[in-house]
Amino acid sequence: MDIFLSSLEILARWDVIIALMIGSFGGVIIGSIPGVGPAVAIAILLPATFSLDPIVGLIILLGIYGSSAFGGAIPAILVNTPGTAVNALTTYDGYPMTKAGDGRRALSLAYFSSFFGGIFSVVVLILMAPLLAKVAPHFGSREIFLAALLGIILVVLAHRGQIMAAGMMACFGILLATIGLEPVNYSQRFTFGQSWLSSGMNVIVVVLGLFALSQAFLLLLERDHAPDAAKVEGNLFGGVKELLGHKRVASVSASFGVLMGMIPGVGEFTAQFLSYTYAQKTSKKPELFGKGSPEGLVASETANNAVPAAAMIPLLALGIPGEALTAMMLSVFYVHNVLPGPQLFEQQMDFVVAIYIALLVLNVLVLGFLMVSTNKLLKVVQIPTRFLGVLILTLSFVGVYSLRNSFTDCVIASAFGVLGLILKRLNLPIVPIILGMVLGGIMETKLRTAMPRLKTPLDMIDRPISFIIFSIIVAVLIIHVRVLVIEHRKRNQSDGDDADRLERTTR
Amino acid sequence: MVRTKTLQQLFQRYRKPGDLVFAIFFLVFSVALLTQLGDQTKWVARKSLFVQPRFWPAVAVGGMVLFGTLHLIGSLWSPRIYGRLKEMWFWARSLEYVAWFLIYVYLVPITGYLPTTLVFSVLLALRVGYRDGKMLLAAAGSGLFIVILFRGLLQVKIPGGAIYEHLPDGIRAFMLTYM
Repeated sequence: MDIFLSSLEILARWDVIIALMIGSFGGVIIGSIPGVGPAVAIAILLPATFSLDPIVGLIILLGIYGSSAFGGAIPAILVNTPGTAVNALTTYDGYPMTKAGDGRRALSLAYFSSFFGGIFSVVVLILMAPLLAKVAPHFGSREIFLAALLGIILVVLAHRGQIMAAGMMACFGILLATIGLEPVNYSQRFTFGQSWLSSGMNVIVVVLGLFALSQAFLLLLERDHAPDAAKVEGNLFGGVKELLGHKRVASVSASFGVLMGMIPGVGEFTAQFLSYTYAQKTSKKPELFGKGSPEGLVASETANNAVPAAAMIPLLALGIPGEALTAMMLSVFYVHNVLPGPQLFEQQMDFVVAIYIALLVLNVLVLGFLMVSTNKLLKVVQIPTRFLGVLILTLSFVGVYSLRNSFTDCVIASAFGVLGLILKRLNLPIVPIILGMVLGGIMETKLRTAMPRLKTPLDMIDRPISFIIFSIIVAVLIIHVRVLVIEHRKRNQSDGDDADRLERTTR
Repeated sequence: MVRTKTLQQLFQRYRKPGDLVFAIFFLVFSVALLTQLGDQTKWVARKSLFVQPRFWPAVAVGGMVLFGTLHLIGSLWSPRIYGRLKEMWFWARSLEYVAWFLIYVYLVPITGYLPTTLVFSVLLALRVGYRDGKMLLAAAGSGLFIVILFRGLLQVKIPGGAIYEHLPDGIRAFMLTYM
């Protein structure tokens, strides 16, 4: 109870309340504009939040992260263009519902599903907090090293069909983390005698280049496009009743969201995939999926909105970001000398609970905002893409230059901007670079700290938690190889059947 | 023959135009880094492998070469979609906007954040094809909003322009602090 009151005290400040409103409303607006997305917004705003109190800065970013998926559902449902990447699945059923004249119903259902996912996730986190507080102190260097390694492996394996590309990008990220003066023996690594490389690659500069500048370049170069106009008439409260009819799908999807959010490197897409598949397999009308199924919409929106709060668990408890957005937030902690990890749960539990409560309030604020502002947001959706490019490029300057007033940083960010543009055009993954960079740094530090206490490599897994994480790593790899083999056999079999059929026909 | 086909299938994926070029470039870059590993990193005597300054760069570059090679094999064995040169030209065109951005960055400390941002937004809007007065006004308006929000209200660290030094005393202090 003391912790709860103390965390309320942290939040009961005008600057925190304003930050909560800016973050949540701003996140909805950003999410509703196709082509911007939370990653671009957070990357740009990151340096600006450094001058703010940690809780204020963090809540603005958290607000954007937690509310953008709400806003992203609007263009996904009404104009078949997802506002953010995690709303892509929403178009499958949301847009067909709009075409069938059920746009308002779909929007309302999406809002309340997202709300349920968000609230469910925060409640689970609050209930889990005492358990986490007990477990977190048992995470030493070797456990955190193994958890970071698991995160890297999962982020690579999560990119199905692009595992090689994800692997090379993750390794490239790890390389970026090693550039510069190495802190123990003070030797230079991959600096090629260049003084500007000695201080290493700043993760924010890389993030801004890969996410913000690349997006600006892409929007400026591609054909100008403005989504069609749309309008919603009537109130949007009907979704509550309809959601109650899909309690099972909503609960399972929210659970998938929480579970996938907690595992580093997995995130929204896997949660949505699992939820959608579950919903379809257990539905009485599976044939409607992809053609306007309310259950499909519930599965997609509940799962994606349950992830942000859960993704804060590895970040806060272990200092390990699970995806690009939490990796960016980690820098806010570092700048303010707040070190996320087991000690945060031990010493500043009120800070952790304050973040959870903020997330709870955020969901309520966002839902209220959407109820009154959806039609106005539809105008924002129509901003032409090239104009957005102009805006993002102008804003990127603030992000990169305000960091250290360095022209070199801007050149580096531009180079990563071009790389990001190429990767986006080729549909190759970007997130592994950021996670490789952040987790690579963590792995190096933690392995180095753990080594003096290890006599043999097996000592690495001689504690229960490290053994469990290691077993998970082995299991994940074995399962992945097994799935590959099964898929390959199936493909060969179907190719064989096709060949037989062809032979019979030609005879 | 069957085994070769099976291997090919294992690596096949959807490949966009320009994929092969990027795969080759990435592998060449990775191999070049690998050749520099000895020069660019240090091996400290009497220290275990895992705490060597060279260990993590070696893991990273080794991984880049390994995955880069497999990615290239995948690219070579996947069905080609034509349009490589067109795609590369698209990448090259982004350099124009890199130049725009860097010129903007270079000019801000000289000509001041507010004037440079206003001119930059409007000129860039013109460059990308907007001729309508409304859009140009919107570009200028958003530039002004960005400056007021970040420099004026949030006080982010952006140096005042050298040009501001020539302004009368009262305005100069205001411009240096907020614009």
